[in-house]
Amino acid sequence: MKNLNNLDLGKEAVIDSFSDKDLALKLMEMGCLPGEKILIERKAPLGDPITISISGHLLSMRKSEAQTVLVNEIK
Amino acid sequence: MTLKDKIKVALVGNPNCGKSSLFNALTGLNQKVANFPGVTVDKKVGACQISQLASKNKVDTEFIDLPGTYSLYPKSMDEKITFEVLCDPNNEHHPDVNIILADATNLKRSLCFATQVIDLGKPCILALSMIDLSESDGIKIDIDLLSKKIGVPVIPINARKKIGIGNLKQTILKLILQKENHSNFIDINFVSADIVRAVKEVLSVNNDYNAFQIACHYENLKSLTQNQKNQINTIVNTNEFIPKRIQATETVRRYKAIDGIISSCVENPKYNRQKNFTQILDNILTHQIGGFVIFLSILFLIFQAVFSWSEYPMELIDSSFALLSEFVSNSLPEGTLNGLIVDGIIAGLGGIVIFIPQIAFLFAFIAILEDTGYMSRVSFLTDKILRGFGLSGRSIIPLLSGAACAIPAVMSARTISNWKERMITIMVVPLMSCTARIPVYTLLISMMIPAEKKWLIFNLQGLTMMGFYMIGFVSAIGVALIMKLILKTKSKGYYVMEMPTYKIPDWRTVGLTIFEKVKVFLIDAGKIIVAISIVLWVLSSYGPKDEFEKIEKKYAQTEQADLKIASEKLEASYAGIIGKSIEPVISPLGFDWRIGISLITSFAAREVFVGTMSTIYSVGDADDTKTIRDKLMSHKNPKTGEAFFTPAVAMSLMLFYAFAMQCMSTLAIVYRETNSWKWPIIQFVYMSVLAYLASYIAYQLLS
Repeated sequence: MKNLNNLDLGKEAVIDSFSDKDLALKLMEMGCLPGEKILIERKAPLGDPITISISGHLLSMRKSEAQTVLVNEIK
Repeated sequence: MTLKDKIKVALVGNPNCGKSSLFNALTGLNQKVANFPGVTVDKKVGACQISQLASKNKVDTEFIDLPGTYSLYPKSMDEKITFEVLCDPNNEHHPDVNIILADATNLKRSLCFATQVIDLGKPCILALSMIDLSESDGIKIDIDLLSKKIGVPVIPINARKKIGIGNLKQTILKLILQKENHSNFIDINFVSADIVRAVKEVLSVNNDYNAFQIACHYENLKSLTQNQKNQINTIVNTNEFIPKRIQATETVRRYKAIDGIISSCVENPKYNRQKNFTQILDNILTHQIGGFVIFLSILFLIFQAVFSWSEYPMELIDSSFALLSEFVSNSLPEGTLNGLIVDGIIAGLGGIVIFIPQIAFLFAFIAILEDTGYMSRVSFLTDKILRGFGLSGRSIIPLLSGAACAIPAVMSARTISNWKERMITIMVVPLMSCTARIPVYTLLISMMIPAEKKWLIFNLQGLTMMGFYMIGFVSAIGVALIMKLILKTKSKGYYVMEMPTYKIPDWRTVGLTIFEKVKVFLIDAGKIIVAISIVLWVLSSYGPKDEFEKIEKKYAQTEQADLKIASEKLEASYAGIIGKSIEPVISPLGFDWRIGISLITSFAAREVFVGTMSTIYSVGDADDTKTIRDKLMSHKNPKTGEAFFTPAVAMSLMLFYAFAMQCMSTLAIVYRETNSWKWPIIQFVYMSVLAYLASYIAYQLLS
C-alpha cells in the first residue's frame, strides 16, 4: 500500500482508504470511492498539482491532498 | 396538488454538466441576475409560460438556477445556497419541482447528488445530458428502466439543440397535477432513526431525509428560531450525533445502491472519450513549456484584440455623440436646459457608452475560456507558482475576471475553500486592471502616443495598454506575497477540482453573458455617472453669486471674451472651489484642480473620470462639439502656456488610477464577502498609499 502522491505517472492503482476524514467525504462525492481504479494521468509542469483519472473523468489535486489517499498499486 | 398561480422550479446538478445552457434554453432572455439577500451569491431567476396541451391554459413558471454541487452537504458559500433553497421549506425559492441535471458520461457520480435530492421528497425530474457523447462511446442507458429504478421521470435532453426542452416543461405540469409521491431511494433511518423522529417532532417537516439534513446543518438555517435551534441542539447532543461520520456512511451506501442500478440499466459503462480529444489537447495545453507559452499568447491576443477590434465601433460611438450634442445644442433654445442636457447629461453618457465595445469583447473572451474548459487547465498550470505568493491555482479565475470587473471577481473567489488563499485573492483582485480603468487609460494613452506609432508589427498604444495590465498583475502578486507573510491562518481548505472535458463553447451562453454584463455596466454604472454628471454640471456652472458678477463686469467692455469668461467662471464655481482646496495635496503629483474634481468623483467609480473631465472641459469650452480627447489636448497650462497634459502628467495620472481603490461597489462587496469592515478599510488604505507614492515618483522623475 502507498500514498497516491508516491504513485508514478501512468501507473494504475485501486483506492483503499483515506487518512483525512473531511477530504474523504469530498473525494467520495466526486467519485473517488474505495475499490475504484485510479490512474496518475498527468503532473503539472512544476510537478504539483497532479491530474488523476477515475472512471473516465479527470480530477486535479495537490500532492498534499493526494497524500491522504491510500492506494494499492496494480502490478 | 393543483396548478397554482406560479410553479417554482429549481435547477440543480453537478458543476460542469451544462446547467447554464439548460437554464438559458428554458428561459431565454427572460431572466434576471440578482443577489440572495445577505450574501452575494448570484441568483439567476428566469421565467417562462408553459401551455397545457389539453386546455391551452398558460401556466407561469419560475426557474431558479442553483450553484452546482457534488452533494447536499455544503462545503463552500455557494453550495450553502443550494442546500438552503432545497432543504428549508420556508425559503422563498423552495421549489415545487426539482429538475436534476445528470451527465450521462458520468452517471454514477451524477446519481449520488441526484438521489439525495430525490430523497428530499419533492417531485423531481432527472434531465440526462451529454447522451450523444456517451452513445458515441458505446455506453447504452436504458432510460425507462433507470426511471423505474430511481422512481422519477428521466428525460434525455440536449440544451444546445433544444432537444427534450418541451418534454421537460410538460413533465413539470404533469408532476404538479399528480398526487402520488415517489419513494425514497435509500432510507436514512438506518443510521439515525432517533434523530429523524425527534427533528420531525420539533419542526413540521414530514420527510425523513430532509429532517436528517436539517439535523446536520441546523446552525446555518436562517428560518429556524433560536428556540428550535436549541431543541435540535439538545437532540443532537443526547444522541451523540456526529454528522461527518454518518454522511460518510450514507455516501458509501448510496454509491452501493447506485452501483446496482448502473449494472442493470447501463450497458458498457466505461467512458473513455477524453482519452482521445481531451488528452491530445491536454498534452499541448498543459505542456511543460508550451503550456505557458500558449497561455501568455492567448492573453496577448486578447488584449491586442480588445483594443484593435473595438477601435472602429468606438470611433463610431464617439462621433455619434459629438453629432448628437451638436444637434441638441443647436435645436434647443440657449439657456440652462440646453447646458444641462449637452454639457451635463450627453457628455456624461457619451463617456460611458463608448466603452461598451471593449467591455463586451473582454467578457466574451473570459466567457469562452471558461466555457471551453481551458480555465481549469490554467489553474492546473499556475497553482504551484501562485501558491508561492499565497494564492492558489483557483485564484486565476478571480484574477482574470478582475481584468473585466473586480465585483464578480471578488465573488468568484468564493470557490477557494482555503481561508487565507481566499482572503489574499480578494485583497489583491482590485489591483488587476478592470474595464473601468480602460476609459482612463485609453484617453490618456491616445494623448501620449500617436495612433499610427508601431513597435515591430505591434500597435504601440496597445502595447502600452498591455504594460498597464502587467503593472496591475505584478503589483497584485507583490502585495499577495507581503500578505502571505503577514496573515496567520488556522483553517484548511481543499484544492481538488474537476478537469472538465474540452468542448466547443455554447455561443448562446456566451452571448447571454455579454448581454448581461453590458446591461449591468450600462444601467448600474450609468445611473451613477449620469447623476454625478448632473451634480457636477450644477457645481461647475454656479458659484458664489458676487464672484460671477465680478467676472461678467470685468469683461463687459471687451469683445469676444466668451471663452475667458467661461473659464474664469469655472474656476470661481463651487466645483472649482472644491478642486482648488485639494490642489496643494495633489500638485506634487502634477495634477491641477480640474483633475482634482475628477479624482473626487472617481471615488464613486473610476469610469466617472472621463465623464467628469468631459463635463468640466465642456463647461470651460466654447465649442461643445469637439470630442473629449481634442478638448483635453488643446488645454494649456496657464503658467507655461504649453500643453497641460505632458507625458509626465498623463503617466502620473494613469499610475494613480492603476493603484487607487476608487470603486465604492468593490468596497461594499468586499465588506459583504468578508463580513467585516476591517478588510475593505485595509484595502482602501494600502491602495491609496500605493497610488500616491507611485504617482509622486513617476511625476517627479519624468518632469
